[in-house]
Parts: sequence; structure tokens; C-alpha cells
Amino acid sequence: MDAVIKTEKLTHTYSAGTPFEKTAIRDIDVEFYPGELTAVIGHTGSGKSTFMQHLNGLLAPTAGRVLVDGQDIFATKEATRDVRFKVGLVFQYPEYQLFEETVYKDIAFGPKNMKLSEAEVDERVREAAGFVGIGEELFEKSPLELSGGQKRRIAIAGVIAMRPRVLILDEPTAGLDPGGCEEIIGNILEYRARTGSAVLLVTHSMDDAARIADRLVVFHEGSIAMDGTPEEVFSRPAELTAMGLDVPQSAAIAQALRERGADIPGSIYTLEQLKAAVAALGKEAAR
Amino acid sequence: MAIIKTEDLHFTYEGDELETLHGVNLEIEEGSFVAVLGHNGSGKSTLAKLFNGILLPTGGRVLVDGIDTADEERVLEVRRTVGLVFQNPDNQIVANVVEDDVAFAPENLGVESSEIRRRVDDALKTVGMYEYRLHAPHLLSGGQKQRVAIAGVLAMRPRCIVLDEPTAMLDPVGRREVISTVTRLCREQGITVVLITHHMSECVGADRLVVMSEGRIVADGAPREVFSQVELLKREGLSVPATTELIYELDAEGWTLPLTALTVDECADAVMAALAR
Amino acid sequence: MLKDITLGQYFPGDTVVHRLDPRTKLILVIVFIAALFLAVDWIGYAVMFAVTALCVRVSTIKLKSLLKGLKPLIFIILLTGILNLFYTKEGTVLFDWWIFTVTTGGIKRAFLMVVRIMLLICGTLLLTYTTSPIALTDGLEMLLNPLKKIKVPVHEMSMMMSMALRFIPTLIEETDKIMSAQKARGADFSTGKLTERAKALLPLLVPLFVSSFRRADELAVAMESRCYHGGEGRTRMKTLRLARRDWLAFLAGALVLGGMIVLRVYGL
Repeated sequence: MDAVIKTEKLTHTYSAGTPFEKTAIRDIDVEFYPGELTAVIGHTGSGKSTFMQHLNGLLAPTAGRVLVDGQDIFATKEATRDVRFKVGLVFQYPEYQLFEETVYKDIAFGPKNMKLSEAEVDERVREAAGFVGIGEELFEKSPLELSGGQKRRIAIAGVIAMRPRVLILDEPTAGLDPGGCEEIIGNILEYRARTGSAVLLVTHSMDDAARIADRLVVFHEGSIAMDGTPEEVFSRPAELTAMGLDVPQSAAIAQALRERGADIPGSIYTLEQLKAAVAALGKEAAR
Repeated sequence: MAIIKTEDLHFTYEGDELETLHGVNLEIEEGSFVAVLGHNGSGKSTLAKLFNGILLPTGGRVLVDGIDTADEERVLEVRRTVGLVFQNPDNQIVANVVEDDVAFAPENLGVESSEIRRRVDDALKTVGMYEYRLHAPHLLSGGQKQRVAIAGVLAMRPRCIVLDEPTAMLDPVGRREVISTVTRLCREQGITVVLITHHMSECVGADRLVVMSEGRIVADGAPREVFSQVELLKREGLSVPATTELIYELDAEGWTLPLTALTVDECADAVMAALAR
Repeated sequence: MLKDITLGQYFPGDTVVHRLDPRTKLILVIVFIAALFLAVDWIGYAVMFAVTALCVRVSTIKLKSLLKGLKPLIFIILLTGILNLFYTKEGTVLFDWWIFTVTTGGIKRAFLMVVRIMLLICGTLLLTYTTSPIALTDGLEMLLNPLKKIKVPVHEMSMMMSMALRFIPTLIEETDKIMSAQKARGADFSTGKLTERAKALLPLLVPLFVSSFRRADELAVAMESRCYHGGEGRTRMKTLRLARRDWLAFLAGALVLGGMIVLRVYGL
């Protein structure tokens, strides 16, 4: 399958030529594929936010290229504008961008900017609202009247309504309680499953990454330090810790058990796997 | 003696039909570290604002060091005793320079200049932000800003600090900075800490854990005891630490592991002990 | 990035001019303006020019920065010059056409007026270039303190000013963020007709207003929690105290003012 996004030697330097010059990302070569759910991990200042804003053309690279469907998104002005609709970017705390009088109009903002027909806009709004579990009874309400979790889901719907081929979410669960987090994670999985879009999830939560991602990309000091399946990445806990990152709790317990001499495989990173492994040990001990 | 005591506390927001708190009875012991847990809308943030008289009860009373928070004459005494730190660090820093911000509360209290200087320096050293005293707050990281906010409260020399989801907007590094700072305040300086949060992992080090739901207290006890009530926590839409979850699930399959094994090491030890049997 | 821009044009430094008490500087600027308006002829202007040049030199503020500060006011400066040039009818007529008459007196007057305005601007620029906005606000509050007696809300006004200064970078950052978020939904802020562009600003302005109100609300609660109850009984950590250099500066200011009065009496 062809990559939907590909970066070539992507580099970005802020305030180039001034004493404040700072290279945020350097020579990033990476590809993302349709249907793949990638968790992008890295602590604040690792360059991951800068990287993300190149993928839909909000930031222009200092050097290197970004290709979406094989097209250089900075080749022409039109290409840079069109890529906004192909690669949907949901910022952190997206509820702060809501501005329309009604929920319906706010979700329709993106599709309207795409100059779609009214019927087409309507279809997309309903579809997007469905993905995030916002019922029609809320369409005519003011977004400001709703709860924090609802606002956030409406903001996500506003991006989904553009039917992007790639959906990027920057910490979509930040500040929500466990129930609110679950809902959003469920919405994202549903969107991926039904549309086959590529999803990039920027997160600080290793447990979320462990649970839902197919692939993990770890940023560190402006470069990609690790790139692989959760099994591959979480089997290197020492390196993650050295980069100031956590390991999933289950991986930490598995590690502690191994240190105590238990025969637990190194590839464990979810609770289900851990439970199965410990249960197997139990059965063996009973024999 | 209890530093904060609520007696059959009821609260309804103006213009709301429904009551937010329905009769909360709670005593916070001086010098203890209490975590308050609950999902959004459980009334835990409302509780914080009632603790220092920002909100006043619509029924029952709140006593801070024996003073009724509804006593208008003594409101400054109450606020000086119980300091509040909020979620968004940007919206509680008032000055352009870190040290000027920390000086804000003692200035309001009419403390003498040289004493303010001493308190500001002490507070900044306590939270480890002394080297940043001349920096502009907007250029600091989230965790640093939140530590400045804590210093700003410390400069009042409060006996109790209430933190309302202080880590919700921070990354893991900032989160650790803030939690270790408040833990130290409690353990080393004997300041009472009330930490309102929905992160389980932040409650592990507390002396006591209070779970709120729909304006009521539904569980109250040592973290080990509370976390062992897995069904209750799940029902309340709260997550359980992976250690407890693992033990809970294994016990469901006939193991007999203690649900009170909370840390990763305790959990691993318990599993190893059971395997050896 | 947007948030890196310096506000209020303050150039930090450690010269005598920087270290003067903000109140001293505020008063001296008023003295300076008064002295400037006392000047009538070449000698008076020469003295004021020398005083300004000396202050600029000591402050180590670059001439380039001063010129940059003068630039936005170039129109007013030129207009004053031209009006004085044509409206003064003294001395020999050099040029006469339709309603335009240029005299030697006109040239002199126009030149001196331009110099006066430029010196006036340089003097005030020197104040803002060498004093941090916060120090300026504090100084102003203390100078205006007596006005409290006639019920002028001096404390509230200065509090408002310093809050505004505190939140400008935060709001710039927020504007940046909301703009990016709306661009990600295809918003276009830079093309189209004027009416379209004004309308295109709504997705930016509405969230900005909503969030500013939310911030104001949270800030008020946070301030109350930290025992804020207005200016009454409030003390300050950094009390402004006049040092020896302030008294010397006042003395110098008094001498210049006195000298200018004498020059004026003699019509120089």
C-alpha cells in the first residue's frame, strides 16, 4: 500500500538567522499508511507539535518536503490550501475554537470552507456528529451551553466533517476524566474502523498508546528516536525512561516480575497480556 | 484538630434548579494529605471553592480553623489559612515577573516590605523556582508556572493548601514536579494538603482518599482500602491502578491476592508469593 | 514566534538613566517639556538639544531606535514645519507665489518648531525606552496617589494597566493558536474583499472573547483567594525609594529649568 503521508528530510528552524535560532525538528523521514493508528509520543519540546503542524501545511519546512498522496504540499499555494482538507488536525483543547451560534453551524464550518453544496454539507455534518455521538437534538443548541466533554467532541466532529484521509489529534483526552477519555478514544477507533483513514494520536498517556495504537513513533530532541509496534517499543523500557517518558503500568509490573525471576515474556504491555501470562504461570505452578 | 470541617454542607449554584452538593460532612485533619477523587461534575471543584469562602454554603456550614466561612468580618483570616491553587496556571498568575507575582498575596495582607521579601524568597526556594524569580511567567513551562502559583499561595503562610486539579493541563514531567512539591510541603513543613484530582496515580501517596459522586461522599479511607473497592470505583467511572486491576482480575479467577498491594513492587511481591505457594 | 516580541519598547539596561526612580523620570519629563516650551531662540534650543543629547548618550540608547520611534510621527512633524513656514510673515520675503509666502523668519520658525517637536518626542521615548512598563505603572500610581482624596480610582487604574501588560503575551499566544486551529478547518484570513475579510475574523474573535471572559472570571477568583480586596491596606514588596542620584537628577532638572527661564527673560 502507498503511504498517504511521507516526509523527506523534514527540518524546521525557528527564528532562523537570529540569536534565538532553534532547530525544532531535523531530517525527519517517515511514512504513514491508510488505516494505521499511530501514537506519537515525546515530552514537551521534543518537536512533535512542530512536526504535526507541517503535515497539513500550517508550518512550512525550513528544509525537506512533505508529500501527501505523493504530492508536495508546498509546491503551489492551492496544494497547501487543499491539504488542510485532506489532513485534518485537531489541536489541543479544541473546544476553545468553537465560535458559531449553533452546534450544527460549527461542525459545518470546515465543509463550507470546502465550497461543498448545501446537501453535501448537511450529509457530512450528520455523519461527523454521528461518529462522536452528538445527537440531532443538540444541533440547534449553542456550543457554549454544553459540557466540556461534549464541546470537545463537537470540535473533533468539525474536523472529521471534512472527511480527512489523515486525522491528527493533539492530546484529545487532555483534562478529561476517565469516562470522558473513554468516549473520545471510542470515537477515534470507530472513525478509523469505518473510514480506513490514517490516524495520528499525539499523547502523553502510555497506557492509551499501549491499548489502541498499531504503531508508536517516539520523538526526542527533534528526531525520531524509536519507531515500531508497541511490543517493539515497550520492550525497551530503559531507553524510554532515559528520555523522560513513562512505560505503561502493565509493562512496569511485568518488568518487576521478571526482575523477581518470574518467566514473563518481554513483549507484554497491556493488562490482558499480563493477566494471561501470570495466569499461565499460576497453572504451571499448580502442576 | 480539624483544619477544615464541613457540617451537612449543601450548595446550589445561583440560577440552578439542582443542588450540586447534598449534605457533605467532612473533617480534614491538620497536617494530613487528603486526595479527593471524582469524575467531572461530581462536585469536587465546588467543594474547593467552599473551603476558603469563595463560595458560601446554601445550607450547613464550613469551618476553617473554627471560623465560619460565612463570617464576612473574618474572610481574610479564612483565605489566609486555606490557600487555593487552580487548574489553569495562566489564569492565576497576576504579575509580569515571577517574584512580583509571589508577593501579591502578602502585599494584599499588608505585610511589611522586608517580611514580604523574606516570604517570597522562602516560598520560591521551597518550590525550587528561586533561580527563576526575575523571569516572565509566560515563558515558563506549565509545571514551572504551577509551582509559581503554589509559591504565590505559600507566601501567605497558609496552614492548608487546596489544589483543584493542578495537573490537569500539564505533561507527565510537570505533573511529577507538582505532585512531588505538594507531597514535600505536607511531609516536611506539616502543611495540610487537599489534592483534588481524577488521576489515580496521584492519590497513591496520600494519607486519605475521599471519593465524591453526584455531590456526595461515596468512599473515604486510606488509599489502599478505597482502591480495593474496585466495583465501586468502576461504577463511578473512575479508573483503578493497573496493579489493583490485575489483582482484582486474578482474584476473580480464584487467586487470593491482597487488594491492598498498591505499588508496582508490592504487586509483584504479592504475585511471586502466591506463585511460591 | 509571535510571543517573542517585546512589548512597550523597553530596552533593558543598567545606566544611570535606567536606574533612576520611575517617579523621578516622570517628573523630569514634565520639567523637560516645560523647559522646552520656554525656549524662544537659537540659544535656548541649543541648550535643550544639548541636554537631550547628553541624556541619550548616557542612556546608551541607540540613535537608530530613537529615529524608529520618530518615524510614525513624521507626518505631524512635517505638517507643523510646513504650516510654520507659510504662516510666519517676518523678515525678508524670499519667495511669493499665490498664497504661499516664504520669509526668512518663516524658515527659522519652522526649523525651530520641528526641532522642538522632535526633542519632545525624544524626551518621552527616552522615558519609555529606559523604564519597564511595570515600573512606569508603579511610578504613575504613586505620583497620582494624592488624587485618591478626590475619589479618583488610582489603584484600580494602575492594577488594570499592569494586568493588561501581564495578559498581552498570553492573549497573543492564544490568538496564534486559535488562528491555526481555524486555518486547519480551512478558514482564510488573508484573501477576499474587505467585508469578507472582516467576516472571516469572526471564527477568531468569538473564541478569543469567550476565552478572555473565562480567564477574567478565573483570575478574579484566584485573586480573591489570595486575599485581594482592593488597594486599601495594601503594602508593596518593592517600595520605591529615592536615592542620591534621584536628588541629583532633580537638581540638574531644576537648573535647566531655571536657566531656560533666564534665557526666556532675555529673549534668547
